[in-house]
Amino acid sequence: MSDAEVRVEALGAGDWGGGSLPYAVGSKKFGMWLFIISDALTFSALLIAYGYVRLANKNWPEPFEFYPSLVTATVMTLCLLSSSLTMVMAVAARKREDRPATMKWLWATIAGGLAFLVLHANEWLKLIGEGMRPFSNPWGSPLFGASFFTLTGLHMFHVVTGVCFLGVVAVATGRGKFTSEDVEMSGLYWHFVDLVWMFIFPLVYVLSIHHG
Amino acid sequence: MGEPTHAVHVHHAPKGFIRKYIFSTDHKVIGIQYYFLALFSVVLGMLLSVLFRLHLAWPNANWDLLGKLFPTGMAGGLMTPEFYLSLVTMHGTLMVFFVLTTAPQSGFGNYFLPIQIGADDMAFPVLNMLSFWITFVALVVMVMALFATGGAPLSGWTAYPPLSALGKISGPGEGLGQTLWVISLAIFCVGSLLGALNFITTTLNLRAKGMTLLRMPLTVWAWFTTSILALLAFPVLLAGGILLVLDRVGGTSFFIPAGLVVNEQLVNHSGGSPLLWQHLFWFFGHPEVYIAILPGMGVASQLLSTFSRKPVFGYKAMFSAMLAIGFLGFFVWGHHMFISGMSPYSAVAFSLLTLAIGVPSAIKTFNWLGTLWQGKIQFTSAMLFAIGFVSLFVTGGVSGIFLGQTSLDLYLHDTYFVVGHFHMIMGVAALFGIFGATYYWFPKMFGRMLNEPLGKIHFWFTFIGVNAIFFPMHIMGVAGHPRRYSDASNFNYLSSMHPLHEFITVAAIVTATAQLFFLLNFFWSLWKGKKAEMNPWNATTLEWTVPSPPPHDNFGGKLPVVYHGAYEYSVPGAKQDFIMQDSPEKIIEAT
Repeated sequence: MSDAEVRVEALGAGDWGGGSLPYAVGSKKFGMWLFIISDALTFSALLIAYGYVRLANKNWPEPFEFYPSLVTATVMTLCLLSSSLTMVMAVAARKREDRPATMKWLWATIAGGLAFLVLHANEWLKLIGEGMRPFSNPWGSPLFGASFFTLTGLHMFHVVTGVCFLGVVAVATGRGKFTSEDVEMSGLYWHFVDLVWMFIFPLVYVLSIHHG
Repeated sequence: MGEPTHAVHVHHAPKGFIRKYIFSTDHKVIGIQYYFLALFSVVLGMLLSVLFRLHLAWPNANWDLLGKLFPTGMAGGLMTPEFYLSLVTMHGTLMVFFVLTTAPQSGFGNYFLPIQIGADDMAFPVLNMLSFWITFVALVVMVMALFATGGAPLSGWTAYPPLSALGKISGPGEGLGQTLWVISLAIFCVGSLLGALNFITTTLNLRAKGMTLLRMPLTVWAWFTTSILALLAFPVLLAGGILLVLDRVGGTSFFIPAGLVVNEQLVNHSGGSPLLWQHLFWFFGHPEVYIAILPGMGVASQLLSTFSRKPVFGYKAMFSAMLAIGFLGFFVWGHHMFISGMSPYSAVAFSLLTLAIGVPSAIKTFNWLGTLWQGKIQFTSAMLFAIGFVSLFVTGGVSGIFLGQTSLDLYLHDTYFVVGHFHMIMGVAALFGIFGATYYWFPKMFGRMLNEPLGKIHFWFTFIGVNAIFFPMHIMGVAGHPRRYSDASNFNYLSSMHPLHEFITVAAIVTATAQLFFLLNFFWSLWKGKKAEMNPWNATTLEWTVPSPPPHDNFGGKLPVVYHGAYEYSVPGAKQDFIMQDSPEKIIEAT
């Protein structure tokens, strides 16, 4: 064995031997993954609670018409999904050190998020106008409104946070600050927010389509 | 394999009192902040317990002074049942969250995890500071709940709905007090999961060269495992907390069933399920028990090895057992719900999984005994508390095997047996871990030794005291004494147990008073204790290679290189009876 190899053995080195990043992932990005795991559990718990009360109530309402409710929700989904695509482009651009393109794609992502928020706020106002409240609604179990507002409300809070976060990243990128890992980290968060919506859309909207 | 991004150079401590001691990003300062937060909470929590113990022993006595202090709860010097429940609730909440979760993990973990793995700070120092201040705000809100208009919350530390979800109509203390309680816990969840995320990243990414996973001290393994539990458990409590707050202030009825009549009023809610809260709460609540005890297990291993001058027996089995306990801990929440009305079939599964936790727990216990076996035992105060930890862990663990079986739990549920059980294992065993850690690490944290004779007096009073308090509770539980009754003297069948109540209260007062030995020792030694050397216990881990207290960046700008495992004591052929982890010494085995 060469000297270097002896030393490596003495140190027990390798990816897990200390003094290195075992997953080849920087701390910020790794921390974001952990936060996502944690946040995913919050949403899982809420979705399980939703399923629990939905199954426990025979008078669960299914008030969403295909048009306009489901069509609007589909457009919202489209907004979020395409904003994920633009986010991928932003991360890729930042990796190429192309700051102007990064900013362009980041602003496009923010626009997607804002469009989602506007449509969603409109949806909330419409439902409130129809008499839906967290404590009652004209169609059946009061928990329909409660779980709808809780789940989509918490998700909307995440979208608002994400839009602000991306705004900070976009401005900082324009000023020559933030590493490519910072941009990627904000992207991880944004994709996660989209992923949560991909559970809420089928479970809350599609399952509650009016039929009959 | 990537290289760590942080550069290695000397960091100087920030100037100015506020940046240095209040809004500090130094993990050592933050660790001490958490420790003092826990110290405040434990004193408050203990005083509350003495108050309700007084009432249990002498329910009809007139405490004029207390009547002046608490004009509603103790009007005319007599404790109301509601005030009794408030005291129990606040005692449990403060102890579980702000002492047992805070001191061993966030306190000692913050201070020693980075040093023990050879890092100059946590991975996210600013987030670390935020975690502490979020926890601090949670404590402030919780103390506000104690003084809330209408009375302090009285739903117990588990806050079972429907009563906890209904607001004022379910009684005094269920108004503003309970709302503040839920909000405080939600805030606490956020602080804890951010802390956990920081611990995990630090452990994986910031280990010094040569600090392989198998060379990490068992304390690091314990904090690491605990962090994983906290990362996965607290978000679920957060979700439950959000729903409970909405039930209380948003008019929703997630946890409130239809047709409920409370205090002769029909509740206008429908569709919810109190069982849903129990599932969400205990999915968090059971891992929480291990969040409290695992760091103590790490400390016990460290101390038993150091003061027996022997390696930890079965190092790999020890951390594997901790991981197994943590993993299984997520699948046993239903054993808190055997009599909740949940399906008896699922109870069987929960029961079997619960009993399975006995296996890794037994592995740990026997390995601790194996570590002591034929060691050159030094009975320091720290060592006494570590041995006490093992003793209490066995006592509390064995009664857990009783409660884990549905057939026995149906009888013992909600009796004093349960109170005795969980106080032994997650209360005082975890507390002994904290005490052991304090006697062991105080010299490193504050640069001065604690007084040994005082420490030993403290140990014996406390060890005998807690057994005197909690052992009789098992007997009372088996005899059928229910918990949560503020006054058992109205029940004929319980009257024969009243002398035990008096005995327990006297023991509690003596034990509480004996804690003055600790506080006296702590604050006297802080200024007047004997100066501590770099390595007063001849221990091997990295915190003993730096001055006491360590400099701002821990290692003076030069990160250590690790060549040895954490417990190389009495190695044949070595110069001393211990080998420091960063010592390049090669061992030539004597043949």
